[in-house]
Amino acid sequence: MNELIAWLSDPARWAGSDSIPVRLIEHLQLSGTAVLAALLIALPLGALIGHTGRFTLLAVTIANVGRAMPTLALLVILLPFILRAGLGLGFWPTFVPLVLLGIPPILVNTYVGISQVDADVREAARGVGMSGRQVLFGVELPLAWPAIFAGLRTASVQVIATATLGALVASGGLGRYIIDGIALRENERIIVGAALVALFALTVDRGLALVEERLARRAGQSEGAAGALRPAA
Amino acid sequence: MREDEPLIEWEWIERNADQILDRLIQHIGLTLIAVAAGFLISFALALLIHRRRRLYGPLTGAAATLYTIPSIALFAALTPITGFGSILTAEIALISYTLLILLRNIVSGLDSVPAEVREAATAMGYSSWQRLWRVELPLALPLIVAGVRVATVTTVGLVTVAAVIGQGGLGQLILSGLRSFFTTPTYVGAFLSLSLALAFDVGLLGLQRRLTPWSAPKSANA
Repeated sequence: MNELIAWLSDPARWAGSDSIPVRLIEHLQLSGTAVLAALLIALPLGALIGHTGRFTLLAVTIANVGRAMPTLALLVILLPFILRAGLGLGFWPTFVPLVLLGIPPILVNTYVGISQVDADVREAARGVGMSGRQVLFGVELPLAWPAIFAGLRTASVQVIATATLGALVASGGLGRYIIDGIALRENERIIVGAALVALFALTVDRGLALVEERLARRAGQSEGAAGALRPAA
Repeated sequence: MREDEPLIEWEWIERNADQILDRLIQHIGLTLIAVAAGFLISFALALLIHRRRRLYGPLTGAAATLYTIPSIALFAALTPITGFGSILTAEIALISYTLLILLRNIVSGLDSVPAEVREAATAMGYSSWQRLWRVELPLALPLIVAGVRVATVTTVGLVTVAAVIGQGGLGQLILSGLRSFFTTPTYVGAFLSLSLALAFDVGLLGLQRRLTPWSAPKSANA
């Protein structure tokens, strides 16, 4: 415990390139941009699949492979291709797998959320003269929003967890403390890194869960996709 | 990683077949221990919840919190306590991640037994233990096996991460390739762990259908 306090009171922990605030911001930036990119890809695709009812097999396959794919494996499988593309170590070899990991939960929840919209509601919208586009944006997406958000939450927690592994391919973020701590056999570094990563993931999860509950209550459907299970990472 | 180096050197695989097989067996072992131990714990907890309903919230809440902690953080946090490279370190974390899935599925399996069925069993003179073993558990089996499926597939993936703390079966191949900038072991490890996950998934789906032929058309999915 004393060693831990001594380690934490080193000024290098609070300022400079390997300080806790810098690593935290790196982690946040990396995960945040990856989730955003995943959302930009998965939301339109999921909406299209849910709205048209086509390519549903594709969505299910993506979900299943996404669940079975070990996160570490994805990271290293893509690495040679990213290096050959000349993007270098660090950011890109972590960012690309993170985006790919973030896509399945958002895609599937969007598709399921939209396809679960009551057929009567959809027909009523058609009946009052709404076009397909208007039905999607005015009816289906608003009703599916709690499910989509649940997918976003799952993706966020998974991406935050996997961003930690990015340290193995020279990325920044809180994973640096864990990976460097193991390499240096420095227990204080490992413990602080692990605690920060765990706290970060739990805080984001709780925060998004609160928003999700509020959304679900407003949409009048507290059950459903909100309770969906995500894969551990 | 050189530009001209092939992604997979088949010769290396031939030369290291023994090592690859060892890692695969180790991977399967770590997975089976975690799922088996996780199942025993979850089963005991589920029976407890079945009797005392108000425990459901706190117990699943605790399991969900464990589940949200990134695996690498849990593995790393345990190393100063249980040691680097020890099976115990890997297993404590791996078992923790199976609990939420298994607990939820066993409880919802038991909940899925219709009240009339339960009452009929009691009326036929079954004691509550007999009713549990002969009526409730067989009926809960599809959901329980579905939970075991998801837990096993998830665990296969998590085992690879344990390579970071000196365990990890096929993850060791992945990591050694990464450290030496030699892609072959990495690809072999990644391919085998993905195949292992899919093999467990299909195998357990088959088991689920065999155990409960009556539920085959709409098999429960967690």
